[in-house]
Amino acid sequence: MVATKEEIWGYLEEVFDPEVPVLTVVDLGVVRNVELDGDACKVTITPTYSGCPAMKRIEDDIVENLNEKGIDNVSVDLVLAPAWTTDWLSEDGKRKLKEYGIAPPENEPDKSVLFADPFVVPCPKCEAKDTRLVSQFGSTACKAHYQCNVCLEPFDYFKCLR
Amino acid sequence: MENALFEYLLRLGDDSLILGHRLSEWCGHGPVLEEDIALTNLSLDLIGQATSIFDYAGKVEGKGRSEDDLAFLRFDKDYRNLLLVERPNVDFGVTIMRQFLFDAYRKPLFERLVHSSDEMIAAIAAKSLKETKYHLRHSSEWVIRLGDGTEESHNRIQDALNELWKYAAEIFYEDAVDAELKANGVLPDMDSLKSDWDTIVHAVLEEATLTIPDNNWKQEGGRKGLHTEHLGFILAELQYMQRAYPNMEW
Repeated sequence: MVATKEEIWGYLEEVFDPEVPVLTVVDLGVVRNVELDGDACKVTITPTYSGCPAMKRIEDDIVENLNEKGIDNVSVDLVLAPAWTTDWLSEDGKRKLKEYGIAPPENEPDKSVLFADPFVVPCPKCEAKDTRLVSQFGSTACKAHYQCNVCLEPFDYFKCLR
Repeated sequence: MENALFEYLLRLGDDSLILGHRLSEWCGHGPVLEEDIALTNLSLDLIGQATSIFDYAGKVEGKGRSEDDLAFLRFDKDYRNLLLVERPNVDFGVTIMRQFLFDAYRKPLFERLVHSSDEMIAAIAAKSLKETKYHLRHSSEWVIRLGDGTEESHNRIQDALNELWKYAAEIFYEDAVDAELKANGVLPDMDSLKSDWDTIVHAVLEEATLTIPDNNWKQEGGRKGLHTEHLGFILAELQYMQRAYPNMEW
């Protein structure tokens, strides 16, 4: 079966990130390119973090999903450059994250500045801006742990990575 | 120099692997839950970096070794990591000080390697730099909090600095490997690396009210494969499965 590039991008919208299952691999910006050569389909992906344990699973899920659509000749290529950034998260992805209870990345100052003014991460539940950082490292490499001082909800924040 | 690039990649990758392994030992033992998770997150980043570096090192070497072969199937004298990163965790203070002295080196290092003439090193550096910024901020904040904290926390992090300082000089060890890679642009602009490290280290230690020890004795050897007794114990644990069940996969 011969599919168009647009169709393949559409199929990839059905492949979800195993650790943040509300986002597709396209929302996440992990899929960088789709190439077609005859019946061969090459999907290029890039890891979010160097040690992200979900990459192998994402690779397998992409192949499985496209196979199910009748595309048998699928290869997945992993590239490191250019390095992934949260700027590639789609607007749709940010909205889905928030609805799911994870605060989407804010426009953070450079991490190298040690004593920078703290930036505001609004609570995804009650929208309050009075929240506090519990830990820079959360349940996965891509998240930090916060708590809302108003509604007391503990929540994950999808860290800004640039 | 035969294959200086391969040798350099082992130095870079082994630092990541061995420190990553050391940090993984904190899993389930962190002083508070958040730090347990933080230390193992750092470990995950470092082991991820090691995977990319070893994958490339295997290709550069051209003998068909995979990233797993390089991580699990070398003997102690084939490892090129700094002695600093193989030092035992001891307590949270020693772990944090070791991390800080290392992060203060890796951030400016990756900032330079981003401009490497070697595209793969540049790509790995760009990826790792973003993670290392988080690591340095985390370790700097803890050094300050412990140093400028209680009398007990101050004394213990000062002891950690006194103990680890003699291993810090090896960070700037250089030999024919570096000379060759500097000449062909793989290692750009390395001369100012030490002054960048000095700036970060002095600023944070001052804020933390800590004093750099007078003793200037330097202990080195890791870059040449001469390790402390601690590496053997790390490798015994790290390599056990592959040695006991060769070629096993899961």
